[in-house]
Amino acid sequence: MNPSPAASTKCEFSFTVNGEAKNVLAHPMERLLEVLRNDLGLTGAKEGCGEGECGSCSVLLDDMLVNSCLIPIAQANGTSVVTIEGMSAHSLMKPLQESFLECGGAQCGICTPGMILAAAHLLDKKLDPTLADIREGLAGNLCRCTGYMQIFEAVAKAARGRAAP
Amino acid sequence: MRADPADYRLVSPGSLQGVLSLLAAEPAQWLPIAGGTDVMVLYSAGKLANRNLIDIWNIPELRQIEVFPDRISIGAASTYTAVRNHNVVAREFPLLATAASWTGGIANQNRGTLGGNIANASPAADSLPALLIYDAVLTLISVRGERRVPYRTFHTGYKQTILAADELILNISLPRRFSKYFSHARKVGARNAQAISKVYLAALGQVANGAIRDVRLALGSVAPVPLRLNGTEKMLTGKEIAPSLIDAARKSVLKEIRPIDDIRSTARYRSAVACNLVTEFLAKLAAEGATA
Repeated sequence: MNPSPAASTKCEFSFTVNGEAKNVLAHPMERLLEVLRNDLGLTGAKEGCGEGECGSCSVLLDDMLVNSCLIPIAQANGTSVVTIEGMSAHSLMKPLQESFLECGGAQCGICTPGMILAAAHLLDKKLDPTLADIREGLAGNLCRCTGYMQIFEAVAKAARGRAAP
Repeated sequence: MRADPADYRLVSPGSLQGVLSLLAAEPAQWLPIAGGTDVMVLYSAGKLANRNLIDIWNIPELRQIEVFPDRISIGAASTYTAVRNHNVVAREFPLLATAASWTGGIANQNRGTLGGNIANASPAADSLPALLIYDAVLTLISVRGERRVPYRTFHTGYKQTILAADELILNISLPRRFSKYFSHARKVGARNAQAISKVYLAALGQVANGAIRDVRLALGSVAPVPLRLNGTEKMLTGKEIAPSLIDAARKSVLKEIRPIDDIRSTARYRSAVACNLVTEFLAKLAAEGATA
């Protein structure tokens, strides 16, 4: 049914990663996750399930939380991507890091970059999230260590710290 | 076995005309990809048979949500996030907003699209029962022109649809006449978030003078296609909600559904739960529907 495809040729794609302009040469169906990890050396985003279920490859693409394992690099052309490495510039990074440490929200660390990005994405949209908001905001990020309660508490604590005058 | 990106082409015409022209020039050769939440899963697993993909993610006509006096038109590549956050959808079509909020996690809602859910044609898709009971109308477009079809005629069998090889779903139109109905949705799955449904119910009803004036029931994951329970609805209309009517409704539901055993559940479990969900809805409709 399908014609034997003309072998795909590599194309140049341009996008911004953590504020820096980047050009990469890649096949259009190369996944953003691989380009970040292999071409750009940004290994904060992890491959967990490779099917958009676990959230360990989370990044922000034009300020939207996405699974980078589901983005062909051609669809990232012209966008702005923020990975966990670029979050050091984010105002929520310090309170989130501190509350994750205090509450035991990070154990083995595989899910942590995605958890932090999902939490920041939630707190950017909701000033005073309820526990239900936090559970929903992090529902796409799986953790096999903590049992989640410490992570929810860490996000709540970061939100409270921010809301305090 | 992981797919090799060198084996796949992905072209981005960047305009609706460009996409439609290529679909017409080489029909059935190009698989549209919007947010990729279905296509990329198959691709990553090395199971995507189609080697030629055409990008429809950034086509403005497919992303518009327009409100008219009598209907709302939702561009087929509108994301679940855009759908659930739209104030008219949230206010007048709560079953669709709810289904969007229950589909995947936030990251998948930011990429997954309503048109993709329709075209992918999974009987377990959570947004499709809502479209059935809101009388959705699809506009399909190709270089040959546009045609409007009732959504209830779109699925012809398991993963089979009436979409022609050169066509795209342009938009989904919902008539604005359901805001006074009592509405109820219930998803039964292994986990609240992310999990695919074992059984899904979307329902609307109106009660007047103690009797059911209108009722609309649709179930997911109980048949090869998302299923509207036409027979059960007809049997219920005009009747007072009483234990005997609920018994009759349960029997009618069992006659209409065609559940199967699969990795997520069994036919027996799905039959029991489908009946229980309809019972729960009728009890709520009796208690709360009269004031809606």
